[in-house]
Amino acid sequence: MTVLFNLQSAHVHYDKIHALSDCTLQIRAGEQVALIGSNGSGKSTLLRLLHGLIKPSVGVMSSSASARQAMLFQRPYMLRASVQNNIALSLWLRGTDWKQARRDALVALERVGLADLAGRNAKALSGGQQQRVALARAWACKPAVVLLDEPTSSLDPSAKREVERLMHEFAGSGMTLIFSSHNLGQVKRLASRVIYLEQGRVVADLPTHDFFNGSLPAAAENFLKGELG
Amino acid sequence: MGYPAYDTFHSLTRMNTFTDSLTTAFLLITSFDSTLAGIVVRSLAVSGAACVIASGFGLLLGAWLGVSRFKGRGAVLALLNTALALPSVVVGLVVYLLLSRSGPLGFLGWLFSFNAMVLAQTVLVLPVVTALVRQTIEDADRSHGEQFASLGAGSFMRSLILLWDERYALLTVLIAAFGRAISEVGAVMVVGGNIDGFTRVMTTSIALETSKGDLPLALALGLLLLGVVLLLNGVIGLVKHWREALGDSQPERVVAAT
Repeated sequence: MTVLFNLQSAHVHYDKIHALSDCTLQIRAGEQVALIGSNGSGKSTLLRLLHGLIKPSVGVMSSSASARQAMLFQRPYMLRASVQNNIALSLWLRGTDWKQARRDALVALERVGLADLAGRNAKALSGGQQQRVALARAWACKPAVVLLDEPTSSLDPSAKREVERLMHEFAGSGMTLIFSSHNLGQVKRLASRVIYLEQGRVVADLPTHDFFNGSLPAAAENFLKGELG
Repeated sequence: MGYPAYDTFHSLTRMNTFTDSLTTAFLLITSFDSTLAGIVVRSLAVSGAACVIASGFGLLLGAWLGVSRFKGRGAVLALLNTALALPSVVVGLVVYLLLSRSGPLGFLGWLFSFNAMVLAQTVLVLPVVTALVRQTIEDADRSHGEQFASLGAGSFMRSLILLWDERYALLTVLIAAFGRAISEVGAVMVVGGNIDGFTRVMTTSIALETSKGDLPLALALGLLLLGVVLLLNGVIGLVKHWREALGDSQPERVVAAT
């Protein structure tokens, strides 16, 4: 499988804080990678690094030219505009003609089951609906990779299920998913590979089955005990 | 100067109390005094034009400063914030020197004209608009600018998007700018000359009546000035109310309601 991301001894520093240290990993097309770890472990920093929002302070980060990406944030921001225009804007920013962008936005909304809300003000939607609009916005750009930063952490169970279902569908259509989560059940359901981070370092990087059933480094073992116990 | 309705009233009564100035203000309004109307319209036109011009530059400049990072930005912001405290008389003096016959803009022949007053107030208001817009856009960029960057927006496009998205918050900035313009007296006095029927505006009228010792009339004009600004604020409030009625309210409120 094609290597989409290649990190070699990447470090990210914010002033004196080491957000990511000596990170070496590869992510291949078609993988569903879950990033787990406690708060401040470097999950969001790794996602932002992979998405190109930040550059490594030290080390190398390369991504395949074909890796057309979209990123979903924990709390997606919606413009004070209609739902349809929120999606159309992201397409327009990537070079699509505005009229075509609006048509494509409607298709994307149908994809996530929110076509009837196209004309509504995006600010007035619930958190779950906004996250689905954000998924539609990501999907509309036809990305090869979708990065998701704790996409269901602030949602109620039914919205969480709906977002998970869409993530599962995206993965099924061949997209590469890289997501951070505190929900180990979700990780088991969606991920093919788990990367455990602690204090900015990759402590474990294993296929999902091995991560939950095999032997782990002590730090990852303790994290799992804490989360599952 | 003459306000016919006021002159008649003044000749019949002896006015030396604060409450009399309220009566005077009421009389001036209800008598539809043409001299006064001319001054009010001129004040609104000068300050309105200055705000439109300053907003044109200030919105773009402030938005750009809000999202861009460059060497020396801190010094630029310090200068900008200092310019917020520019004394209007100093602005008037500088614009006077620029527009005077021997000044670099003397060829325009604007001194003691409407245009000169607009230029002076534009210079006065531009830092207000730029600094407040910069702060609003920078806060918004810090909060969610990264998401627009993720969508593919470069810094210039991001500044425009945030400008549009923060349009209702920026209305308050424009009100503040207009308030600064319409309430200043030093700059328009210096470059306009307070010429009756030509460059006389509300604040210069107040200054003139005060110097003549007609304090009730000066105070009445001041109350009128406040009334005009209050009216404008009312209009802005209506716009905001209309926006909320269209459903453009904050998500928390909507979530709480559903």
